[in-house]
This record gives sequence, structure tokens and C-alpha cells, in this order.
Amino acid sequence: MLNGETPLPQNGHRRNSMAAITGEAEAEAPGVVFVHGSPPFGLPFKDRLLSRFQLIHMSELPESSHVKVMLCMDHTPVTSQTLYKLPSLECIVASSAGVDHIDLTTCRLRGIAVANGSQAFSEDVADYAVALLMDVLRKISAGDRYLRSGLWSTKGDYPLGWKLGGKRVGIVGLGNIGSEVAKRLVAFGCAIAYNSRKKRSSVSFPYYADVCDLAANSDILVICGALTSETHHIINKDVMTALGKEGVIINVGRGSLINQKELVQFLVEGQIRGAGLDVFENEPIVPRELLELDNVVLSPHNAVVTPEAFEAMQELAISNLGAFFSNKPLLSPI
Amino acid sequence: MDELPLVLVHVLPPFEIPFKGRLQSRFQLIDSSDSTFSPHASVLLCVGPAPVSSDTLRHLPSLQCIVGSSAGVDHIDLEECRRRGITVTNAGSSFCEDGADFAIGLLIDVLRRISAADRYVRAGLWPMKGDYPLGSKLGGKRVGIVGLGKIGSEIAKRLVAFGCRIAYNSRNKKSSVSFPYYANICNLAANSDILIICCALTKETHHLIDKDVMTALGKEGVIINVGRGGLINEKELVQCLVQGQIRGAGLDVFENEPDVPKELFELENVVLSPHKAIATLESLASLQELIVGNLEAFFSNKPLLSPINLD
Repeated sequence: MLNGETPLPQNGHRRNSMAAITGEAEAEAPGVVFVHGSPPFGLPFKDRLLSRFQLIHMSELPESSHVKVMLCMDHTPVTSQTLYKLPSLECIVASSAGVDHIDLTTCRLRGIAVANGSQAFSEDVADYAVALLMDVLRKISAGDRYLRSGLWSTKGDYPLGWKLGGKRVGIVGLGNIGSEVAKRLVAFGCAIAYNSRKKRSSVSFPYYADVCDLAANSDILVICGALTSETHHIINKDVMTALGKEGVIINVGRGSLINQKELVQFLVEGQIRGAGLDVFENEPIVPRELLELDNVVLSPHNAVVTPEAFEAMQELAISNLGAFFSNKPLLSPI
Repeated sequence: MDELPLVLVHVLPPFEIPFKGRLQSRFQLIDSSDSTFSPHASVLLCVGPAPVSSDTLRHLPSLQCIVGSSAGVDHIDLEECRRRGITVTNAGSSFCEDGADFAIGLLIDVLRRISAADRYVRAGLWPMKGDYPLGSKLGGKRVGIVGLGKIGSEIAKRLVAFGCRIAYNSRNKKSSVSFPYYANICNLAANSDILIICCALTKETHHLIDKDVMTALGKEGVIINVGRGGLINEKELVQCLVQGQIRGAGLDVFENEPDVPKELFELENVVLSPHKAIATLESLASLQELIVGNLEAFFSNKPLLSPINLD
């Protein structure tokens, strides 16, 4: 790590520090990026960052820091206190898709731009959401369990599942991920509708301003929106009642988008057909009742996890940082 | 009762005559072993995989048509049917979408370890051992479809939406299809990351997927089988999986159902399914319509709804 006493250039343009390493005279030093949280991806990412930027960590932060951009790793919280220590901050580049760990209110007040990683993950999360849905409808994991316990030979065929094509899918949150989910489900012959903060003029799918209305007109709800104070517990017993007994819920957003207690109750009592859950309110704890059910598919927050997504996330973070330093528009502003 | 047309039913336990009530209201159903009626019967309803061998056919001298209830017809002696001019119908398109959906479900499950992770969570390992290992992205992968019939086409259509690249092997090249065609299955495997087997089982395709194909596919390769167990040399498949010669497999069918090689139960990189790729309640309703429709068409001398080409 380079020490924090290196004078920070005032303008936005930075040059690749490879020139600095070769000793060529450089008018401007590489941009300084404050890294908040430790990169869990090990050396390759750190090296790539170091080849373009100066990195500085919390312990190296001087009293009144001039640092303008933060790279927020994983879900390291960015609280108002964190922001208070960074009076010159203009931009936060988050590595993750979700940004509910960042105090967006303060960012908005201070005019701090925030970019997230969701573009890098959206295809993988969408693939996973579709697979969870298929698993619930066609009982793939349950069938696999059945077979592995030797029951096919002794008890005969496993019960039928339900067809996906023709079902009405309500997407809650039509961002990057929701759009990729929609694109895939259209190929399976599903009818798509959505709920979002605002109607999207470029989208032709039917829009429902109220989640209960969306649920009442859907067979399946796929939850992929961001967790905010408005969307906390957006899926509750009223929504699930509107969805109905044949309804299926898939959650690849955040656990707290759903009132988990009410969800468990509905599943145990057969008030909805089933659920595929990648996220929970208090990970890694999963309500014990769910472990007994055959009509749920449980996943340990894996929807984003592929090496290719990590690669893409690193690319995206580096590109966002590069854009910031060249005064260009961020690639994935929220 | 005598006015209702006679339909012989060929079925073996554990299978039962589907939608019996509906059929009985239109047809006189007699078991195919009934020697009083069988010589006079012109149509046979074949339920599930009950074999219709040349021996079976010998006892049905008046037979003109076999109405099958499944997509596959490898349990019927088609050569003998061709020789005697007996038409055969199958389940047509009732199951194609379901079969395609399931193949995709199995594929993503294998790549992203969904069933394995579900097991992990249910065993209480998430709080104890932490995150489950990484899966692998589907988009951008090269998928080789073996058998580009109705099910294969539906699979291709879906995978395009996931960003996969499609190529195929089939009995013949399909002129209306733009995906790259490989006449040789090893070449298809060598140029694919994933093979999806959805073709019919015939003498020519028996053990089509063997050690050579799996070697050509390579250590990162994934095989999905929603066709018939006999399409893959199961012994060699198990060996390749156990030795890590391929990345994983999703299997809905086996050579000797319901027996599944025990070695597979120990593996985390396979997804096992008790032959239900085409089993949904909605498709069963669709099949019912098709069977009744085929029988009625036969008795009114109208064109059959889902005849298969015996040539």
C-alpha cells in the first residue's frame, strides 16, 4: 500500500501507474481509492486494482482525508459515521448487487454517487431464480432426495409436478436482475407482469403499482428487488393470500423483503404451493420448519456465486473507478 | 355396451389405465390378454412402457393401430408394425415443453449445485460450515443437443434466452435449423461444454454416449439425459463420474429403472430424478385429450392426431 502522504491530484484524470513503476516522469499520480472492507477475492483482484490505482485502507486514513472515491467490498457497512470521516467523498463503488448496507440517505444529501455490482451478477442470479422456480414446480430436489433414499424402488413413482409454461409470473423489482428473469421466462412461455418503484416506459409487460394486485393476478412471484425501508416485508400475509394456494414464491433479493414468520406459517399450513428461497432474514439461520418441507427449495445465498460473476464484478468495479477518475459517467449508478 | 368400439388395453403393473372413467364412457376396454376378444381387436391402447413385442403382435391378427401413451416408442416392435402396416401414435407434443423445462432445470441444478446446496442447508451445515462452494455460469456455454426433435428444439429455444450457444447431432441435418450440425457425436462432444440427450432410443442410438464421447466432452463437461437410460453406457458414465472425468450429470432415466447405480448416491455432482421429466398434471390432461382424440379419429376413419413415422 502506498502511504497516505502522497499528494492527491486535484482533477479527475489519472494515468496508469505502470508508468510510475517504470520510473517515467509522470505529471499525475494514480487515483487514490479508499478500500472499505477487505477484498475476499485474494490477490488477483488486489493486483489488478494496484496496477491502476493507489489503494488506501481505514488504518492509513489521515485525520481529514481528501479521498474522493471508496471501493466498498462485499457488504461492509457504510454508515453515516463512516461517511463523516470522509468529507471529500464523491463516489462509492460497491462490489455487491445489493446496497442496503450503505447509508443512501446521507449519500443523497451529500451528493455522493453510488455504483453497484448488479450488472455483473444479474445473469447468474436470473439463471438461479429460474432454476429455483423449476425445482419447486417440478420437484427436482425433492425427487433427488426421494431417489437417494432408495424410495423409487420401494415406493414407486414420485408425485407429478406442475407445468411452467403458461403460468403468470409477477416480478417484484424489475431492475437488472428482474429484467433478465423476465427474458428467460418468456422463452418458457410464461406471461410476465411486474411491480417496481416506478412504471418503466420502455417495458411492455403489464405494471401493477400495488404488490397485492400483482399477486392476485399471478401464479408465481419472483422477488428480485432491492431492500429499502419501503420494501422491508413488502411480501406479507396479505400478498400471499392474494397470491393464493396455488402460488409459488421465489426470493433471490434479500430475506427481509418477505415477512419470514408469515411465510413459514403459510408454507406449513399449505396456504401457498411452495417457495424457493436463496435468502433469509437471519442468515445463515434457516427456520427449522422449512427444513422438514418438501415443497420448498433452500439455498445458502448462492445466487450470485460463480467464478465468472466474480470476474465480471471485478471488471465492473475497476471500470467504475476508471470512469470516476476520467470524469466519465459511472457504468452502473444506482 | 356392445355399441361402444372395442379397445384392447396393454398395461403392466405398477401402471394403470389412465383416465379410465373417461375412456370407459366412450370405448369398451378389454385387457390385451383376453383371448376371446384379442383376435378381433383393431386398436391397442399401450399404457406406459408395457412391451409390444412381435410375440404380442402375433396374438393380435386384426390389429391396425397402436395408441401409445408415452413420448418414447422403443418398447414397441416398430419393424413388425411397419411390416404389418400397423400405425402407431405416441404422446405427440403433450410432453415436449415439460421435457425441455425439466432438462433445463436439471442442467442449472448441476451447474449451480442447487439440490446439493439444498441438502447442505437441510443438514444444518450452513451455520456450521459456512458458504457452499461456487457453481458455474450457464451463459456463454456451448450446448450440444443430441436429437433435435420436438423436445430438443424446445430446449434450444430456452437455452438461447440464457445466452448459450447451440449445436446438435441428429439422424439427419435439419435444413430449417441454423445451429451448427455435427454428423459425428464425438465431434459434437469435443466442441461442447454440455451435452443434452433427448433423442429416441433405437438400435442405432443404444449406448450412443460412451467413454469415447465422454472423453471428447472433457473434464469440465456436463451430461443431461432426459431421453432413455439405454442411450448412455451407464457403467462407463458412472466410472467417468466417480473418477471425475466429467464435471457432472443430471439424469432422469436409467438403464434399469427403478434401479440406480448406488455409486451415484454418494456423488454431489449428479442430480438424480425418478423418470419424471415429462410428468406434470397439466400435460397429463393434455395427454388424455390426445389419446381420446387418436382413438376417436381411428374409429371414424379420420387422420390420427400423433402418428409416428415408421420409415
